[in-house]
Order: sequence, then structure tokens, then C-alpha cells
Amino acid sequence: MAEVHTPKPDEHDNVYAGLLANDAHWAFGTRPEDLRSEDPLAGVDTTVPDGVDPTALAAYCLMLGDDALVLSHRLSEWCSRAPDLEEDIALTNIALDLLGQARLLLVRAAAADPAEVPILPEGSPVPDEDRLAFFRDDSQFRNVRLVEAPNGDFAETITRLLLFSTWRLALFQRLLRSRDAVLAAVAAKGVKELTYHRDFAGRWFLTLARGTTESRRRLLAGLDALWPWWAELFETHQVERSLAQAGVGVDPASLAAEVEAVLAEVFVASGVDRPSTRPGIEGRTGRDGRHTEALSRMLAEMQVVARAHPRGRW
Amino acid sequence: MTAVIDASTDPDANVERAWAAASTVVDPELPMLTLVDLGVLREISIEGDGAVVAAITPTYTGCPAMATMRDDLIRALRAAGFGDVRIRVALDPAWTTDWITPAGRAALAEAGISPPGRVRAGSGSTGSTGSTGSTGSTGEQPRPVPLQLTPTRRAVQCPRCGADDVELSSEFGSTACKAMYRCRTCLEPFDHLKEI
Repeated sequence: MAEVHTPKPDEHDNVYAGLLANDAHWAFGTRPEDLRSEDPLAGVDTTVPDGVDPTALAAYCLMLGDDALVLSHRLSEWCSRAPDLEEDIALTNIALDLLGQARLLLVRAAAADPAEVPILPEGSPVPDEDRLAFFRDDSQFRNVRLVEAPNGDFAETITRLLLFSTWRLALFQRLLRSRDAVLAAVAAKGVKELTYHRDFAGRWFLTLARGTTESRRRLLAGLDALWPWWAELFETHQVERSLAQAGVGVDPASLAAEVEAVLAEVFVASGVDRPSTRPGIEGRTGRDGRHTEALSRMLAEMQVVARAHPRGRW
Repeated sequence: MTAVIDASTDPDANVERAWAAASTVVDPELPMLTLVDLGVLREISIEGDGAVVAAITPTYTGCPAMATMRDDLIRALRAAGFGDVRIRVALDPAWTTDWITPAGRAALAEAGISPPGRVRAGSGSTGSTGSTGSTGSTGEQPRPVPLQLTPTRRAVQCPRCGADDVELSSEFGSTACKAMYRCRTCLEPFDHLKEI
């Protein structure tokens, strides 16, 4: 093993001192081969609970994982473009939390049913979660369509984050009791993260609604644009139903009352009327792999480099 | 390099040696804190085959420092002479800032980072997930996490001048675990490690 040079602590008082704590962190490309295994579930028991169909469990993990992955990518599109530095950092922090949730859920999907993982050329070092993220086509993504719509302006992005995180927080709170230990653990961590996301979005929603005429106009336009996708979040897919019955997943229809109540609290404080309920979109949904054109375009950009280098090591 | 230790010969002494070695590893982004101070290093055990297994828990699900922490732990344990080192991820119970030790809190303040307060009750942030054996509880609904539409109020002191007249600039900061504040007395900005 190469010796790692660790300099003495820097007695000079400057903000860069911490960067010198360990040279190993800066020796890019010199990481020993045997340290490259980064399984985020290393040593975690990934046995599928009794009486649960592994394929259904994998599909369910992809649903929750793809919701997070796609919204994470959309939020990261704000990087360096948000209205100010604080919000730029906030949106990208939230994107990072969601990416972390997506990673664990995709790893869990791969462990439950390896047949879900795209096959790459022999010897490819690409880990399972990256194969799932970068080598599936749009019709294999299981996310709700709310998360794939283009960002719109800051008001629309905030509105989507409020809708999504309110819903996902309620879902994860119920997932805490999942019989699948990995899902329960992902939920335990996710609840803490999502609480910050929802409250951040709620405060901005209130600020924009009570701000200027222009900020309010933009907020209402964003809400109106996103609302057609809202009902889909509460439609129960067969996979969700069967896993809810098995005590592993959550039936999203059971979340409606709580989620609407939290949302109503934000709407009342903001002086915003809840848009009228519209019929859900008929037929197949994002959970079935039916998406809008926006997802295809997003994936084309997100996946192009990974797909060009299926043997790449990152 | 030290001779390779056969950890299975005297497990108790070797667990102690392994803790001593692992205790030197610091968080790559908060280098004033060791992984022990941070509460990330949960357990060290010696397996029957002599392998040293260190259990670590992620702070935030997406924290990019985890891979570095893992590598640094393996390096430190190997440098202490342990040949076979494995890292186990412990997801349950979820990490909380309440696990940061008093020494860790003091080190944060010393480095100009405001340490976290106690995690507030009822935020869904305490205790175990209860993931074991709670089947058939479908009828029972969890209490919703209370919505907070006003800025988070914390008893935060400026780590530079000690004043408590501070304002929150953002709930999100330079790393996943920090919020940004500004002191109204000395006017300096500073980081606060946020409660989770």
C-alpha cells in the first residue's frame, strides 16, 4: 500500500488549513483498486422479507428511487442559475439528499431482483445503481410524471418541491414500519431530510404568494401548470397495492387526507385557493413507464456520457 | 509498516487497538472532528476469521464524504497492522446530531462552526425506526411532522464573538449538514451544524 503523507496541522489561521488534513483525499486516480468497492449497503441484510415477490419489491424500489432521481436531476439543473447564492446552494443540497435516497433505493432494487439491472459489456466496473440510473430507457423509469416536467421558473420549481416533498414525507413516515429493513432505514433518514425540504419550499411558497404582484402571478401560474399531475401521486399501482398488503410498501391513496391537510395549511397562510380537482389522467401512468417527452429529453442529457463509456470508471 | 496482526488471537485487546487506530480518522469535510466525535463510527468487532469489521452510519443519505471516510478507516486500520479490514454500513438507527460528543461540539465551536442543539421532539427524528416485527399496523396512522412556515428558531451563538443576536441566512450551506448564519454584532457569517 502506498504510504499516505499526512502533513502536520497547519498553525496558520486560514480557511484552507482543513484541506491539508490528509493528502490521500487529493490524490485523484491513485485510489487503490481494493478500496474502490463503495456498496452503500455493504454488510446490510438485503434478504427479501417472507412472502414478498422479489420482482415486485424491486419495481417498488425503482418507483420510489426514480421519483427521487428524476427530481434530483431537475433540481440540479438550477446549479449556478438560482435567483441568489443561498437558494442555489439550497436547491443543490436538496438535489443531493434526493440523489442519496435514489442511490440506496436503486441498490436495494438491484439486490432484490438482479434481473432488473441492465447488462453491460463484460468487465464493466459500473455499479448496479449506476446501471439502473444511466442505462435504462425512458419507458423503464417508474417515476410519477410530476417530477419530470421541466423546471419552469423559480416559483414553479418551489411549488413542485412543496407538492412532492409534502407527499413523500407522508409516505416515508408510513414506510418507517416497512417489513423490509432497508426501506425502513431509508425512510428513517429520508423523513429528516424531507422535513427540511418541505419547510424550505413552504416558506418560499408563502413568501412568493405574499410578495409582489409579479411573484404571486408566477406562483399561481406554476401551481396551475403542475396541478394536472397532482392526482397521479395518489393513484395506486398494482405493485404498490400488493406491497402495501404485504406490509412492505405504502398505498399512496392512503396519504391523500394528510397530504391535502398540510397543503391546505400552506395555501391558507399564503392566501392561495387550492385549484379545483381535475380528473386524473386516464390510462397508464408514470408508474407503468408511461412518460412525457420531457423525461426522454432529460435522460438524453443525463445519460449520454455514461452510455458512451459503458466500461468507464468514474 | 507494522507486522500484520492476527486479530483472532486476542480479540479484546485487538478491538481496543483497532478503536485506537480508527479514532484518529477525521471527517474529510469537518477535519476538526474524528469519526468517533461525529458519532459515525458505531462499532468495531473481530470476526471469527480474524477480520476487523468497523460499522459506520451515514450522516445524510447523499453525503459524498462517506466513501472517503470508508477509505480512510480502512487505511488507518491497515496501517495499524490489521490485514483483513471490512466496513459494514449500519443504517438503523439513523444518525442524529445528538450523537456528536461533547468533545466534538467543543472542537466545532473552536473551529468557528456553531454546534447543533438538541434535536427537537416530535420531528420524527428520534429513536429507532421500529422496523422489526411491527406488521399488521396498517390501520394506525403516524402523526404528521408539523409544518413550520416561519424561519427555524434556534438558540445559536456566534462562534466568533459569542453574541446571540444572529440571523439565519439559509437552512442549507456548504455541505449537507450545515445552515448559514450571520452575526448581527460582529457581522461575520458562520456555519451552524443543523439538528437532524
